[in-house]
Amino acid sequence: MSADGRTAAAAPLDVERIRCDFPILHQQINGHRLAYLDNAASYQRPQAVIDAIAHYYAHDHANVHRGVHTLSHRATDAYEGARDKVLRFINAASRREVIFTRGTTESINLVAGSLGQRLGAGDEILITHLEHHSNIVPWQLLCERSGAVLKVVPINERGELLLDRYFDLIGPRTRLVSVTQVSNALGTVTPLATMIAAARERGIPILVDGAQGVAHQPVDVQALGCDFYAFSGHKMCGPTGIGVLWAREELLATLPPWQGGGDMIQTVSFSGSTWNDLPYRFEAGTPNIAGAVGLAAAIDYLSAIGMEAIAEHELALLRHAEDRLAGIAGLRLIGTAAHKVSVASFDVAGIHPHDLGTVLDHLGVAIRAGHHCAMPVMEFFGLPGTARASFAFYNTREDIDQLVDAIHQAVGMFR
Amino acid sequence: MATAAAGDKLRDLYRHTVLDHSRHPRNFRRIEGASREATGHNPLCGDKVSVYLQLSGERIVDAAFEAAGCAICLASASLMTGLVASQQVATALRQVDEFKARFAAGAAAPADPADPLGALATVREYPSRIRCATLPWETLRAALAGSSATVSTE
Repeated sequence: MSADGRTAAAAPLDVERIRCDFPILHQQINGHRLAYLDNAASYQRPQAVIDAIAHYYAHDHANVHRGVHTLSHRATDAYEGARDKVLRFINAASRREVIFTRGTTESINLVAGSLGQRLGAGDEILITHLEHHSNIVPWQLLCERSGAVLKVVPINERGELLLDRYFDLIGPRTRLVSVTQVSNALGTVTPLATMIAAARERGIPILVDGAQGVAHQPVDVQALGCDFYAFSGHKMCGPTGIGVLWAREELLATLPPWQGGGDMIQTVSFSGSTWNDLPYRFEAGTPNIAGAVGLAAAIDYLSAIGMEAIAEHELALLRHAEDRLAGIAGLRLIGTAAHKVSVASFDVAGIHPHDLGTVLDHLGVAIRAGHHCAMPVMEFFGLPGTARASFAFYNTREDIDQLVDAIHQAVGMFR
Repeated sequence: MATAAAGDKLRDLYRHTVLDHSRHPRNFRRIEGASREATGHNPLCGDKVSVYLQLSGERIVDAAFEAAGCAICLASASLMTGLVASQQVATALRQVDEFKARFAAGAAAPADPADPLGALATVREYPSRIRCATLPWETLRAALAGSSATVSTE
């Protein structure tokens, strides 16, 4: 493995050995082997992450950046060490560019709350029809505050973005483009390279919502060329309540603070306050230290396996799932983009997704049923929701076969 | 064995009555010029129910619904409209409260085998599905109250 955590040619994963690292997978649900296929909602954690958090609280915890005592030094080292791990994982140019947040949602709200202060009436924010609610609603709130206008790049019936419409919509009033890397509802991988190049040519900042992308392939923010990259710890084997906003330093340095509080200031007086350096200017209050420690352990864990190997295994799972699901009469895959990650969203004729989800749960299969916090996508397909199976590197063909058998049983019940 | 027990529980949730009412919902129609109507929405799953009532004084002379929803929601609405048609408004309101109370924490399981709503009893063991069963009833309450706003389970 090279220094940036990549392997030249990925060796196949030893999935059985990997599964031993995840204690939660080894249990019966309703008397059946657990097939956890709700990874797009949240990943499970390996023992290494659980241990890192427990060790931190058992040995090293104190507040960061302020104490003179040993524990505070240890906590600060652990927290700042986690920042360095993130830096290497996404190839940030500087630790000043890595801001810890509560997750992708807070990362996007941070940009809306900070960069958004510059927007005024008639300015435009460009998003896409594939976005999760967390990359829609913060911009709607900003539009209400500022008089800016939200523009949306449409999709086709395969769930792919219409790039020609993107080029029509990105214009002289566009102040920000915000686009997901991967659709959480459909698995579509968006054409980021083209979209980012177009935004940069026009000098428009572009945010990439990496919540569904970061766990499925290597991420190199400098190679991507975007201005912001947001992701969540819990969608990559880390803890909930921790996430990252990466931002290009020269842009970040010009942005006003978002939340005020301790740690984000240099001096405070009643006549005014001065702001701390990057990235602390954007981290008001005591941060989620244990969350950062857990995220660092997750990064170590994923890096040791190798993101290329993970991507290959997951794509093989997706192909197997799509082949097997295609054999179920009345099942329709929703989202058939040419470029997808391991998400299979589907509709089964005559069975509401929630009923399907309940039956599958009885057979040990955990999937998501509903609108996936992407109501506009569901509306496009004219569905109240879909059933969604999403695969992680610790899933197996056996998990998928169990899913398919369970769907057959549900079909037998409802038809 | 756990597997068999889980299977039994599932057959109990989706028992014949529920599947029958969801496949062939009764009173599934719009009442043109209804005296009262209301729409309910469960944002969690996208279920949508419209309830139509024809009143004569304080009596419900016709009750019908239209819905896009899961089997539990459709069966609940179908059973509900059958039950409240021909009832006094006050009785129907009481039945809404009684139906909701079935799903309250610590509520006793219905023992009456002739209970027309007994088919929905098992839903109480599925916390995430209770709102599927109660949405039509909340919508009925809104219709009885003459409220035109969309009710929501959220």
